[in-house]
Amino acid sequence: MIKPFTTLISTAVPLNIENIDTDQIIPARFLKATTREGFGQQLFFDWRYDHQGNPRKEFVLNDPQYRGKILIAGKNFGCGSSREHAAWAIYGAGFQVVISSFFADIFRNNALNNGLLPVQISDSFLARLFETVQAAPSTTLTVDLERQSVALTESGEEENFEISPYKKECLLKGFDDIDYLISIQSKIEQFEKNNKNNR
Amino acid sequence: MKTLFDKIWDAHTVDTLADGSCVLYIDREYIHEVTSPQAFEGLRKRGIQVFRPQQITASPDHNIPTRNQHLPVQDPLSAQQLATLEKNCTENGITLFKVGSPRNGIIHVMGPETGLTQPGMTIVCGDSHTSTHGAMGCIAFGIGTSEVEMVLASQCILQTKPKTMRINVEGEVQPGVCSKDIILHIISQIGTGGGTGHFIEFAGSTIRSLSMEARMTICNMSIEMGARGGMIAPDETTFAYLKDREYAPQGAEWDKAVACWRELYSDPDAIFDREITFDAAAIRPMITYGTNPGMGMPIDQAIPPLCEIEENNRPSFLKSLAYMGFQPGEKLLGKPVDYVFVGSCTNGRIEDLRTFAHYVAGKQKAPGVTAWIVPGSKQVEQQAIAEGLRELLEAAGFELRQPGCSACLAMNEDKVPAGKYCIATSNRNFEGRQGPGARTLLAGPLVAAACAVSGVICQPEI
Repeated sequence: MIKPFTTLISTAVPLNIENIDTDQIIPARFLKATTREGFGQQLFFDWRYDHQGNPRKEFVLNDPQYRGKILIAGKNFGCGSSREHAAWAIYGAGFQVVISSFFADIFRNNALNNGLLPVQISDSFLARLFETVQAAPSTTLTVDLERQSVALTESGEEENFEISPYKKECLLKGFDDIDYLISIQSKIEQFEKNNKNNR
Repeated sequence: MKTLFDKIWDAHTVDTLADGSCVLYIDREYIHEVTSPQAFEGLRKRGIQVFRPQQITASPDHNIPTRNQHLPVQDPLSAQQLATLEKNCTENGITLFKVGSPRNGIIHVMGPETGLTQPGMTIVCGDSHTSTHGAMGCIAFGIGTSEVEMVLASQCILQTKPKTMRINVEGEVQPGVCSKDIILHIISQIGTGGGTGHFIEFAGSTIRSLSMEARMTICNMSIEMGARGGMIAPDETTFAYLKDREYAPQGAEWDKAVACWRELYSDPDAIFDREITFDAAAIRPMITYGTNPGMGMPIDQAIPPLCEIEENNRPSFLKSLAYMGFQPGEKLLGKPVDYVFVGSCTNGRIEDLRTFAHYVAGKQKAPGVTAWIVPGSKQVEQQAIAEGLRELLEAAGFELRQPGCSACLAMNEDKVPAGKYCIATSNRNFEGRQGPGARTLLAGPLVAAACAVSGVICQPEI
């Protein structure tokens, strides 16, 4: 089970960097835990802290004027390693939505499987969001999963995003794929029988 | 008129949902210590068992030491991860190749060499470099932990069918050019997001002429273009590699299997969503200069000047070069090298060790260089010893370590210190990948060998 997602109105944290790989989101040395909890504190660790462990003031997550449940990031977000810890870390740090103009495939699936909504918008609307939020950090965005839209709440400028109808249903209701796959077990067993000679 | 990819995918589709998502049957799932514990925890919470334990194989690789593997693991968290994997395998009846045992190794080296990975299969693992197995003519791709749990629970996974792309490489490569150079060249042209949403088939006369080891290096790095996976149609090279391997079909079963595998190719009139062709003769020994695998160039060339970079990419480009301590427009030849890492699922196979060892034979490791030569598996280690490669390495001042992922992702103690330069035969040069502040330059085993003996970035002598 995942936490259902319907609508979110929140301020956002603008992370205007392209090609952010999952090694940056959570460095490998933090992957030694055997549970899903606690990764939020290590989110972007080497960008948040210097080698002595002091916060880097210039990094946006350390900037007190930016807060919120929405992370806005540059193109090709989540590339590299398949580690789901990246999605756990983002969700664990309190984000419910990541907005970018392009997501790596595995990260997108991992996010959806954890109730973290990846919202893919056009390069131009992404640039508009960065510009608006950076100029006025108190700007709120409205993300509506039912309508598949993301909007600048005040001005009403908005864009639609795509999501597979199945995944949308799962997120709206808080179901996950395993619930579904277990429900079709007899079909899977039948498939195995039919294909026994081929493998 | 089907592609190779479509043939295998369609044969494994149990069901298709109204929105086009597929329930894909998985023939084999590999698991390791880092991305599986939370999946087993999930099963326990749901109160369900592993559905098909005989189709799962475990090999710890990410988080293990590469020296003294007979001793208990020092780091308590790493030791706990290994113990958790062992407990989960025992409780669920899953085969485990323990650290130090004859079949242990990096999953993407172990799978093909034991014959567990076979043409026509669907294979997944909680590791993005699962694409490696595609070199055997199967659909293999990396997944997250929730998906690992799905497969443990049902032997199936829900996936959107990716688009198809064919990358042809034609002609003869120049002397001194390895398969790593081919794939680094391709990624430098296509970019790190160029394959996103696609599954790649590598084809063409150059690819056909490659050994299985070299093909695995190519498919391994498909993910570095963002692709879901890469594959190569099986042929005589594939069958010769697989024959008589421990888990490969034997006797009459073998003949039957080969007859089926011969049907695994893209039909001549099959249409790909995208198709690109490269000229092998134009490929030179490569090196990366930045912090993603797309930032690669022929080793004797200069980093692009700022004016050649699109304006909106300049901040990322400059950030990357600042991290590496390089200037736009400068050459890398002659710059000092602090570390050399040979190993990983990209270049930790016997051919890679041969290439490296034969190059350094009769020479000496440069005094300022720290080198980690890490075989990809126990079998590779044993073969290297049997072939006399360890002696060659030791005579040249190098140590052959024990198998594991090692400095590719630096989860164990093999970490490159901040600010130091490492020539690595692995797959990622991301910031901090080999340790906080470490600076990674990706290259093939031949370039790594040349740099290790000269102590500077240089072209291999051939």
